[in-house]
Amino acid sequence: MSAALLPLVQLDIRSRRGGTCESEDGFCPDWIVDNLDRYVSPLLEHVVLTMVSVGIGFAIAFAVALLAHRREWVSAPVGALTSVLFTIPSVAAFLLLVPLTGLGPLTAIVALVGYTQVFLFRNMVNGLSNVGEETKDAARGMGLTERQLLWRVELPLAVPEILAGLRIATVTTVNLATLAFFAGAGGLGAQIYTDITFRSNVVVAGGLAILLAALFDLLILGGQRLATPWRRAAAA
Amino acid sequence: MNAVAGTPPFAANAFVEAIEFLITPRESVTGGVQVGGVDEMLTLTANHMLLSAAAIAIACLVALPLGLWLGHVGKGEFLAISASNVGRAVPTLALIAFFIAFLGLGFLNVLAALTLLAIPPILTNTYVGVRGVDRDAVDAARGMGMTEPQIVRRVELPLSLRSVFGGVQLSAISVVATAILGPLASVETLGTPIVSVNVYGQAGLLGASILVAALAILINALLGVAQRALTPRGLKAGRSEAPGILRRIPFLQRQGSAQPT
Repeated sequence: MSAALLPLVQLDIRSRRGGTCESEDGFCPDWIVDNLDRYVSPLLEHVVLTMVSVGIGFAIAFAVALLAHRREWVSAPVGALTSVLFTIPSVAAFLLLVPLTGLGPLTAIVALVGYTQVFLFRNMVNGLSNVGEETKDAARGMGLTERQLLWRVELPLAVPEILAGLRIATVTTVNLATLAFFAGAGGLGAQIYTDITFRSNVVVAGGLAILLAALFDLLILGGQRLATPWRRAAAA
Repeated sequence: MNAVAGTPPFAANAFVEAIEFLITPRESVTGGVQVGGVDEMLTLTANHMLLSAAAIAIACLVALPLGLWLGHVGKGEFLAISASNVGRAVPTLALIAFFIAFLGLGFLNVLAALTLLAIPPILTNTYVGVRGVDRDAVDAARGMGMTEPQIVRRVELPLSLRSVFGGVQLSAISVVATAILGPLASVETLGTPIVSVNVYGQAGLLGASILVAALAILINALLGVAQRALTPRGLKAGRSEAPGILRRIPFLQRQGSAQPT
């Protein structure tokens, strides 16, 4: 029963002897350069957690949003459910899932997928319903079937809003994944927690998480520019 | 680090035991002291609430006037909007860790970190809410002879209340969630049985998780009720109610020509 509690381990990742910079919790460029390799695997774990969670979350939200687009009554209860899910503190969500799905990345991913839904689902539904009636009528008048209308007109026009939701969902997931170590899933948060009073460690691990969020944000923003060429044409 | 990954799930009675932990005290895992039970959980809940409420209150005192003023004069859009974008990108654990590593342990440091966390959503939502107020309503108020402070207080604030509360709800959710990390800085909160799992045991960890989740949902719901109670009756008619958090990123809706006061 008590074999698998919580992987809250605090390791010694530095020498505590003598009056050196790292023994005094300092911010030590030398120590950072020598120990950068410690951060590679937490960073990769963090990237995988984020991408898998957002990927699965996107697929689920997309399917449900298409359903809600066809059957309007689906939208309100699903929206309410996603907002309740978002209200649950992430640490509690990770820990409450552990008895059900065990310690490890699976538990973290289940919870993180839940948190993406509030942004992804709502933006998809809004994006699809914001397509103008005239536009749809014009497409129908050109002989498009309902399926063609969805894939060639409504979804492309909803891309900016869908990707705006994806940006917020991704940045939020990078943020929440720093607590995924409560589910035994590692990540940069585990590295922060390992030695939370050591400034060098906190700055590198925390800084990497912030950079990762910024990088994902920029990538999606770039993708949005590629996916909506008509917007660039209009701006030029 | 993840030596325990893939451990088979616990028995379902883990949750039953967690509830029992919340109700009756038991001997700690390490022995010697009594942990859990209604009394200790009430104390921890009170601490948790006190810390969270203080952070949200200070954040409101800072962000509400600033957001109202910036929105009223229509300046500082970049500051008001990017505040929450930046806030979202800084992991809460990293924020707490920065405060612990650079300023040390203690109540005031955790309070400061939580306040910093709570400011951006309130600032952004207040700003966006005020900017979304129908300019005609503001002009009408000015024409009726209202002074600028009166316009802010009696026209712009009531009309942007939904958006403002959306921001406060979002802040409250993240503050209550992050206060769990208080024990990392030696501040006792509902996170104590979680972080000190070696003392409180698995039942304590799960019990505290259940309690803090319920608390967050309750606080969010209460803020939703408060928002409806504070909204002037004239503004409620014909407005579709989006459930709580869906209001998080306020849409610049036209507020109609509702007559304030």
